[in-house]
Amino acid sequence: MVALGIGLALAGCAGGGPSALDPAGTGAARVANLWWLLFWISMAVFAEVMVLLTWALVFRRKQRVRVRHGQPLRFVIVAGAGIPLVILVVIYAVGLRDLAALGDGPGPEAPTIEVTGHKWWWEVRVQGVDGATANELHIPVGEKVRVRLRTADVLHSFWVPQLMPKTDLIAGEVRETWLHAERAGSYRGQCAEYCGTQHAHMAFLVVAEPRHDFDAWLARLGEPAKQPQTDAQRRGQQTFVQSSCAGCHAVRGTGANGRIGPDLSDVGSRWSIGAGAVPNDGGHLGGWIANSQTVKPGNYMPPQQVAAGQLPDLIAYLQSLK
Amino acid sequence: MSTTAAPTPGASREDLARLEEGWGERPSLRSWFSTVDHKRIGRRYLVTASLFFVLAGLSALAMRTQLARPESRLLSPQEYNQLFTMHGTAMIFLFATPMLFGFGNFLVPLMIGARDMAFPKLNAFGYWVFLFAGLFMWASLPFGAAPNAGWFAYVPLTDEGNTPGLHMDVYSLGLLFLGIATTAGSINFIVTALKLRAPGMSLNRVPLFVWAIVATAFMVIFALPALNADNALLFLDRRFGTHFFDPAHGGNALLWQHLFWIFGHPDVYIIVMPALGIVSAVLPAFTRRGVVGYALVVFAMASIAIISFGVWVHHMFATGLPQLSYGFFSAASTIITIPSGIQIFAWLATMLLGRLVLKVPLLFVIGFIVTFVLGGFTGTMFALTAFDQQVTDSYFVVAHFHYVLIGGAVFPILAAIYYWLPKITGRMYHEGLGRWAFWLFFTGMHVTFFPMHLYGLFGMPRRVYTYPNEPGWAGWNLVATAGSYVLAIGLLLVLIGVVHAVRRGRPAPPDPWGGDTLEWSTDSPPKPYNFPVLPQVHSLHPTWDETSRTSMTEGATDDRIMADGRRTLATSELDGRRERTVDMPESSLQPLLLALAMLVFFTSMLFGWYPVAIVAGLVVAATIAVWLWPTRRPEQELGVR
Amino acid sequence: MSTRDGIAAATSTEALTTELPAGRSLGWWGMVMFVATEATLFACLIGSYFYLRFQHGGPWPPDGIAKPALLRPLMMTAVLLPSSIPVVWAERGIRRGQRWRLRTGLAATLVLGVTFLVLVATEYAETLREFTMTTNAYGSLFYVITGFHGFHVFVGLTMISWLLVASLRGGSFGAHRHDRVRNVAIYWHFVDVVWAAIVFSLYLTPRLS
Ligand code: HEA
Ligand code: HEA
Ligand code: HEC
Ligand code: CUA
Ligand SMILES: [Cu+2]
Repeated sequence: MVALGIGLALAGCAGGGPSALDPAGTGAARVANLWWLLFWISMAVFAEVMVLLTWALVFRRKQRVRVRHGQPLRFVIVAGAGIPLVILVVIYAVGLRDLAALGDGPGPEAPTIEVTGHKWWWEVRVQGVDGATANELHIPVGEKVRVRLRTADVLHSFWVPQLMPKTDLIAGEVRETWLHAERAGSYRGQCAEYCGTQHAHMAFLVVAEPRHDFDAWLARLGEPAKQPQTDAQRRGQQTFVQSSCAGCHAVRGTGANGRIGPDLSDVGSRWSIGAGAVPNDGGHLGGWIANSQTVKPGNYMPPQQVAAGQLPDLIAYLQSLK
Repeated sequence: MSTTAAPTPGASREDLARLEEGWGERPSLRSWFSTVDHKRIGRRYLVTASLFFVLAGLSALAMRTQLARPESRLLSPQEYNQLFTMHGTAMIFLFATPMLFGFGNFLVPLMIGARDMAFPKLNAFGYWVFLFAGLFMWASLPFGAAPNAGWFAYVPLTDEGNTPGLHMDVYSLGLLFLGIATTAGSINFIVTALKLRAPGMSLNRVPLFVWAIVATAFMVIFALPALNADNALLFLDRRFGTHFFDPAHGGNALLWQHLFWIFGHPDVYIIVMPALGIVSAVLPAFTRRGVVGYALVVFAMASIAIISFGVWVHHMFATGLPQLSYGFFSAASTIITIPSGIQIFAWLATMLLGRLVLKVPLLFVIGFIVTFVLGGFTGTMFALTAFDQQVTDSYFVVAHFHYVLIGGAVFPILAAIYYWLPKITGRMYHEGLGRWAFWLFFTGMHVTFFPMHLYGLFGMPRRVYTYPNEPGWAGWNLVATAGSYVLAIGLLLVLIGVVHAVRRGRPAPPDPWGGDTLEWSTDSPPKPYNFPVLPQVHSLHPTWDETSRTSMTEGATDDRIMADGRRTLATSELDGRRERTVDMPESSLQPLLLALAMLVFFTSMLFGWYPVAIVAGLVVAATIAVWLWPTRRPEQELGVR
Repeated sequence: MSTRDGIAAATSTEALTTELPAGRSLGWWGMVMFVATEATLFACLIGSYFYLRFQHGGPWPPDGIAKPALLRPLMMTAVLLPSSIPVVWAERGIRRGQRWRLRTGLAATLVLGVTFLVLVATEYAETLREFTMTTNAYGSLFYVITGFHGFHVFVGLTMISWLLVASLRGGSFGAHRHDRVRNVAIYWHFVDVVWAAIVFSLYLTPRLS
């Protein structure tokens, strides 16, 4: 059993998914270490219990065993209360130290990313920058970045297992957490507080990149969206601005400034459509626009009446927004 | 030790005939609805709770099937969300607590040597309310109107704007309705255990199971009001426009969570405590000795009951409360493991000193120890805030609570089913079938829920109707699903075993195991009056002790037979000194009527038929007034001047 | 604690069925437990009041609602708290078999209790003009807590009337049988005490800050 547990747990470490045991940042790394401490202690105590149990099963089943009527209270108190108390005091102290470390956020000069949870996508802004994006945020490697969390509707929870434990988004309040990545990469995050129909598809991506890439990202966030280059894209833009899309979505610099759905100014470069519902490619994008309800049932974008002829243009335009 | 030879009856044949006349119920349709016999009611609780368990379990199988593969489309998100909510809500509220209350109902009077519960009519009423509240909630599922916001129903997701429709009204009203049954049952348990113990059963001779039920009942008394207040406020917010949980108008979303968990955390011990009592009750029979450290175990139960009210914030470790308060609640949550440790080691010591008789009930107790200890460890890990913030709301938590709920409640419940089946039905179960059931259940349980620790750590959140194919998720989910089928087959064998026993089982002797508590010193199944002679108790293990046993045979005295009418004895709270005889009520249709009136009340509240609700409220009041109306007695007997 | 002591005390048939001889009755325990759980319910509501108040911060009551007027609640207190006295007196009376005391005592309490409810109604008539249950969380708290208490008073009064009717019939209560009187009395005292807690929390504390 013990061996099985260890084997299984180790097997999972070498994954590459959003595993809390494969930390890439200080917050998660601390917790991963804490986990291994707790795991080994548990296994030791579990082994103790199993040994006693096995002992009883092996040696106390013979017909001739004499029943003893004593009350070994000392054994019960030492094994059931004394030893556990020592263990608990130790792990409590370690846990408190780690909690304090998690509370040790960045200084005032650090960048502040403003994340707002919506049913069921993430609005991302950066303090001091005008634009917005969705379901993806960038951070500079090796720096602590403040993340300020609000919700537009119900509770959500901001979780990037490889970087930082959760912080809930509480209606009517503002919460703060921070991210610190030690190595560059893309880390999957997901809403962890049940928030209704599409809680399953409320993922996001944290991209940790060198400082200059991060600065470039910040700059792009403040600028108008790319202008269409081809005719198809221009027709697509027309459609976008003139149809219902603009009522809900914004594309910077086009006059479309709806605030109900995600800002689409850089939608072409996103890692997914629908907060992790489907990959971001032409086919899926078309499917999403025509009827996102088949892709992500229950989400708040109604099926759109886009003439069949206009759809490819629209897709071309959206894909060009990088 | 087991008394298979027919004992010398302590009561004469005439006494028995009179007892039969006073307590017996002729089988008829009316008596089916009007019975107040705690044994029949206890059986009904068991059967009904099992029914809800099967419904909730089948919901889980549907969920598991959906989760077997990534991006599966078997269930729509709306369906999945209702299923997991109903699964959790029903398992907690409609299965675990009522099932254990069922055992309590059947066993407490028998274990303390009484003829019924303190308030038999209230007991019947409690059952009907439980049944109706359960049906009330499940009935919403076929209409697609079942609760769908998780078993702890956080606001603002559950307010009118975010979840329109009946879903959450069913939840809040259903739980308020059910709360009436749970409260009534708890008061009944407390009074029964305090006042109706057989003479001589001082507090230090009360069986551990009874202690556990009493501790549980006290927790219910002080914990359930928080849930009721919460649900009442939610209903008012949804229907009548109040703003308790609405931050835009001065309300607060976290108020819901505080109130919910002030109830919710004690509730998990409300579930586990009677189950631990079962373990303490089963062990003596299969180790041939009393549980080690009786006083320690009682002390452990009492301290769990108290400390459990001081740890609720550990369910809110990610909500961003001040670190200081986290430090406090984290400490309280670590401390609460100590009483559990004491109990575990007391049982281990019992097994190490006794002689094990490896029958099916003991197998389930062993399964309980293995599983519950693992679940307890993950609980202790969560008590450390930093770790909890990482794994909360992931499948790691799902693994924890299934280990403690299935380990801590379902294993003991299954042990109890096998252990008391002879007493309840008068039939023996099939040992071989029972062993198969155990091994399938045990294996299935660990194959289902162990992987959840892993994919929880690998980052999979809970309450998702589907998931992408991330490394480590899909494979382990498939394993879990496979395990859940094995588990279900194990449970199917339990069911078959019970049906087989009832239909074909060998008739059971009064005491097939050589148990130590009083229920084993009367017939299997017990007569309606439980004991022809109420015992005089001389020790903690009355069935093992000669003096207590003979008090029911040669030593029987008239004042413990009380053959006229329906009578039992009241004794003093602490040392079980005889105080008086009490008259027990006759069977009656009032409990059913009252529960029906309440059903009408809650249904009309649900659909907004408020005038009907008012009428139902009046019927409720009138029924209670008639129920409690004093019987007319001669002035002299009353003592009027 | 031998068997024999008990037998002597409780073998005669008369002794067997009276509610009196020794110790607390089943009903007493039942009522005390019921009151305990109800008291917890009120504690939760009042706890919610303070939680929302302190989480809200700022002036309380919020949104320019005036601090609750004190005169009427004090009058209400002056009516409700003493209403326990006639109940005690009535209960003592019936313990001695004096049915007239039971009847007058209950009637007196009934009058006081109804007066209290009338005062509640007049207070609502005034406050409702300023704010309602749906104005904001303060309004919700105020009406739900006082309303829930008012409902308890109403239930208590129903119980008292019920006792009164039963006692008027005769053949119901006497020196040996008055469990129901005692239980209703416990409930009524409870309703009183809760009112004191409400006056303190809802009416007095907003003036303390
Ligand atoms: C039967 C029910 C039951 C029981 C008994 C427990 C027992 C414990 N639980 Fe659990 N818990 C639940 C049911 C239960 N829990 C449920 C249903 C939830 C989730 C609700 C939801 O979110 O849906 C939950 C969630 C939950 C959380 C919140 C997790 C989260 O959502 O983030 C926490 C946090 O502290 C916690 C802690 C504990 C602790 C410390 C114990 C302790 O009492 C355990 C004590 C036992 C042992 C430790 C084993 C025996 C002891 C020894 C062998 C001695 C030696 C031990 C040591 C040295 C450690 N539980
Ligand atoms: C006592 C409590 C209890 C019990 C016993 C169980 C039992 C089971 N639970 Fe449950 N579960 C909860 C309490 C419980 N659960 C709670 C509180 C939640 C949280 C809900 C929430 O998030 O709001 C939860 C959530 C939960 C989830 C997470 C859902 C999610 O987050 O998305 C899952 C997923 O696998 C699951 C699975 C199971 C399974 C497979 C069983 C199995 O053990 C069930 C086995 C039972 C049966 C299968 C029925 C009986 C079978 C027969 C009589 C045989 C006949 C039938 C056949 C052979 C088909 N449960
Ligand atoms: C009534 C509001 C509404 C209208 C009209 C609307 N959308 Fe949306 N859209 C949304 C919402 C809300 C979302 C987020 C859905 C989710 O992920 O849960 C969204 C998401 C999207 C996304 C995915 C963005 C991402 O990063 O995941 C694209 C692309 C999109 N919409 C394109 C369009 C186009 C093109 C049109 C017009 C033809 C349109 N939308 C019209 C509300 C709307
Ligand atoms: Cu947002 Cu779950
Ligand atoms: Cu808890």
